[in-house]
Amino acid sequence: MKLADVQKLLRAEVICCLEGLDGEVRSACGADLMSDVLVHSKEKTLLLTGLTNVQIIRTAEMGDLVGIVLVRGKRPGPEVIQMAESKGIPVMVTSLPMFESCGILYKNGIKGCSELVTACES
Amino acid sequence: MNPEQGIVLDYALKGGDFDTAGEASSKIKRILQQIGVRSDVIRRIAISSYEAEMNVIIHAYSGVLKASIYPDRTELVVEDEGPGIADIDLAMQEGYSTAPDHIREMGFGAGMGLPNMARCSDEFSINSVAGEGTKIKILIRHS
Repeated sequence: MKLADVQKLLRAEVICCLEGLDGEVRSACGADLMSDVLVHSKEKTLLLTGLTNVQIIRTAEMGDLVGIVLVRGKRPGPEVIQMAESKGIPVMVTSLPMFESCGILYKNGIKGCSELVTACES
Repeated sequence: MNPEQGIVLDYALKGGDFDTAGEASSKIKRILQQIGVRSDVIRRIAISSYEAEMNVIIHAYSGVLKASIYPDRTELVVEDEGPGIADIDLAMQEGYSTAPDHIREMGFGAGMGLPNMARCSDEFSINSVAGEGTKIKILIRHS
């Protein structure tokens, strides 16, 4: 699935890096603890989170994540948007809560990270 | 290339400086990309470096992150002046954290930092003296 499909399914608003919406999403991870994201995600993972600070962008950068969906309609501040733009990491906002966002994506075929927990051991 | 010919990068870290937290690891990652290290290896180095950097920002007063990049490996040494870790075995347990609530609200303090560094590295060592500071050494081979 492409990020553009994620945007349609979650009726999300793209905040930055519109040009990155053709990025392929292989799996997704819903979390508010960034270390958990780094442990459990693989590259090409989409992050769904309720956090809006700059560390979500850093985590996406370090973990080679494909993009970020902010749930429950949370909007990032200008410094977060600026950093995401400079790193080329697409960020979108959905008004849906975390559980429903994850459920919609899962129902539409996006895999979880459970088979990929050994990310760093491969 | 001579296997001992490396690039050495040094970054000063300041405890509590969350605005620039991650900047050093970001620079290290960019350099690894420029010299053409494999992307899955870069990811392991970047994650270890970022976790170690965040630990200094969260827990210590100040510290230094040093990356030595050789053709066949990257070595990270992160040394801080801070409270140290009284019980390293406990700190290495997944989920154990001493981070206060305001750190958790920022998305850190999951208790996965040290285990995550160990998981991502080929060689990992940690030495700490309570009341003085902590030194972490990480080695990751490029192939």
